[in-house]
Amino acid sequence: MSDFLYFFSFQDSSIAFVVMGITLLGIGSAFVGTFSFLDNKALLGDAISHAVFPGICLGFMLAGEKNPFYIVGGAFLSGALATFLSSWLKSNTKLSDDTIIAVILSVFFGIGIVFLTVIQKSGNPEMAGLNQFIFGNAIGIVERDLWVYGSLSVLIIGVIGFMLKEFQILVFNPEFGKAVGLPMNMIRFVFDVLLILSVVIGIQAIGVVLMAALLITPGTAARFWTDKLNILLGLASIFAILSGIFGTYISYLLPQMPTGPWVVVILSSIALISFLFAPKKGMVSRYFHRRSYVQKTQRDHVLKSIFKARELGQEGLTRAELLSLYPHQQKSIKNSIRSLEKEGLLFVNQSLIKLTDPGKYQAKRVVRLHRLWESYLNEYMNIAPDHVHESAEKLEHLLTPDLEAMLESRLNFPKLDPHQEQIPRDHDEL
Amino acid sequence: MMSFDQNAFLIIITASMIAISCGLLGVFMMLRKMSMTGDAISHAVLPGIVIGYLVSGTQRGLEVIIGAGILGILATLMIDWLRKKARVQLDASIGITFTLLFAIGIILISVFAYRVDLDQECVLYGEIAYLPIDLWINSSGQSFGPRIMWLAILNLLLVGGFITLFYKELKITSFDEKFGIVIGIPASAINLGLMSMVSYTTVSSFEAVGAILVVALLVVPPATAYLWTRDLRPLIQLTILTGVMVSVIGYYLAFLFDSSIAGMMVTVAGIIFFLSVIFTHKKFKFTLGTQKETQPFSS
Repeated sequence: MSDFLYFFSFQDSSIAFVVMGITLLGIGSAFVGTFSFLDNKALLGDAISHAVFPGICLGFMLAGEKNPFYIVGGAFLSGALATFLSSWLKSNTKLSDDTIIAVILSVFFGIGIVFLTVIQKSGNPEMAGLNQFIFGNAIGIVERDLWVYGSLSVLIIGVIGFMLKEFQILVFNPEFGKAVGLPMNMIRFVFDVLLILSVVIGIQAIGVVLMAALLITPGTAARFWTDKLNILLGLASIFAILSGIFGTYISYLLPQMPTGPWVVVILSSIALISFLFAPKKGMVSRYFHRRSYVQKTQRDHVLKSIFKARELGQEGLTRAELLSLYPHQQKSIKNSIRSLEKEGLLFVNQSLIKLTDPGKYQAKRVVRLHRLWESYLNEYMNIAPDHVHESAEKLEHLLTPDLEAMLESRLNFPKLDPHQEQIPRDHDEL
Repeated sequence: MMSFDQNAFLIIITASMIAISCGLLGVFMMLRKMSMTGDAISHAVLPGIVIGYLVSGTQRGLEVIIGAGILGILATLMIDWLRKKARVQLDASIGITFTLLFAIGIILISVFAYRVDLDQECVLYGEIAYLPIDLWINSSGQSFGPRIMWLAILNLLLVGGFITLFYKELKITSFDEKFGIVIGIPASAINLGLMSMVSYTTVSSFEAVGAILVVALLVVPPATAYLWTRDLRPLIQLTILTGVMVSVIGYYLAFLFDSSIAGMMVTVAGIIFFLSVIFTHKKFKFTLGTQKETQPFSS
């Protein structure tokens, strides 16, 4: 507990530095990553993060120490080369996207390992720190690093904020951008530069292998909560910051733990929670939504069947007759009858199931929508009367009162549908 | 200094066998547009390796291979689940799956560091140079030669057997999965089989070449061959040829620069790949005689 307070009160300036660094780079990579996720290029970030590795080693070899300027420079150049090669290969070979990404990723990493072993054999005492680029070590960020990485993060966030509109067009509708005269190639170039930069600074904290998570996961998780770009970016950066800070906290408590993996585990947990429980798009909510839709269709079917029986002059249907109409959905039809009765739409006698007044109102509406849609298909789409039933069977559950009113006025309040059956209105006697 | 002694021979032979096993599987992964799934599997087997290690107490137990196999299949299923059930786009599903499983693996290594003699870095890039001194010695002290070489032989036999046995099924489902299902091929079983072979190959090779370089051998030789031909049989033959070339040249260059052999093999694979891109590129294409290239129909 005291560790917790000590860490989160930020009284230790080195902890404050680390948290500030993590926050900045979390926001930066969440912003960039969200855009590349929306652009369907999530794994390009993974390729770049593996591809900067030889650049880091080369920068180290040239500087002879862990100089952040050399390392960032080297990393940036090899990341840029990888980005260029991947788009060049895409337009000049027939290899598929994922093959190109995998080739770039593994070849660059292999070259990096050759450099790393050469450095190791050279016996430079500073080289011990190089391994942390593979798994990340946020706690190891010192003040000089923070100035370089922090200001780069601020730059990334600033440029994205400034060019939000342009990037939005780049991701959602580049053709439109070209048509209105925006320099799309230039915008893509700026975006690629930002992507590479955010990878270069991100691997400080999380390492080469897991950097992809910092780019891909926050945006993917946030996408389940909202459709608005601003909220999406905000949520993605909150997810990234939370997992960044807690990941750092864990590796502060247990120094043998590398930071990166914990950041990823926390981030992935947030993502899994989002996939399952987010309102509307989450799996649980989609499951319930789907179930309630199926229930509605079944209730509609029960009401409709009794209504049709009345049209043929019967008082109602017996339970057995009703069930025999839907031989494969016995159990759910029974449930529908029970709930309709409870809501006062059905009147269940010992032998006969009849519609109550509110029940008649509902049943008329379903039948009316069905027959209106059939008329519409027949009249406006010129579909033969014997082909319109299937579609109406689906639409009768979906048409809203607004659409109903439009259909009525378009068709000029018809009395009969294409099968010469009456279209029931609210005031009609049954 | 450059010699062709017994050690060099053993290393080159073993590396070639690993490269061939990976390449054979890689051809089908590439045709199924699953190269990145292969990458994901090779990262995702890590927790399986650690758990297998904890159960068996040794890096060489059968439990390690079983653990890795299970995790490899789990990764495939998780990618599928995220894509189909949670409706996450494919590349994001791959990215989330492999980073999560790899992270769990690294955490497990850190937690059980006192019991697991696994090096995080070794998992990533392996070292084949120690192969000649890591011998398979039975209880009576008799030596049968390098252990990893035997692993590679077994791996090659199993992969080769799998491909020969299911060649037709693999071919059909790789090019047209729906057609395969229609004519009664259990496509998802074939798919899972392929994924298990990839997981197994990753585990069997990671000591020698490391997880990421397995990916390189899985992807780069098939991609190189694909630049030259589209027919399956020549594709496989060229992949094997590239794998062997990579092993031989990689070994001697590593010897020359005194660097990681596996890393150099991948570098060589990359060079061969880019040379192939240049030679097969439209502008540089060698034309035989004056015959013009056939033009595709314009619609």
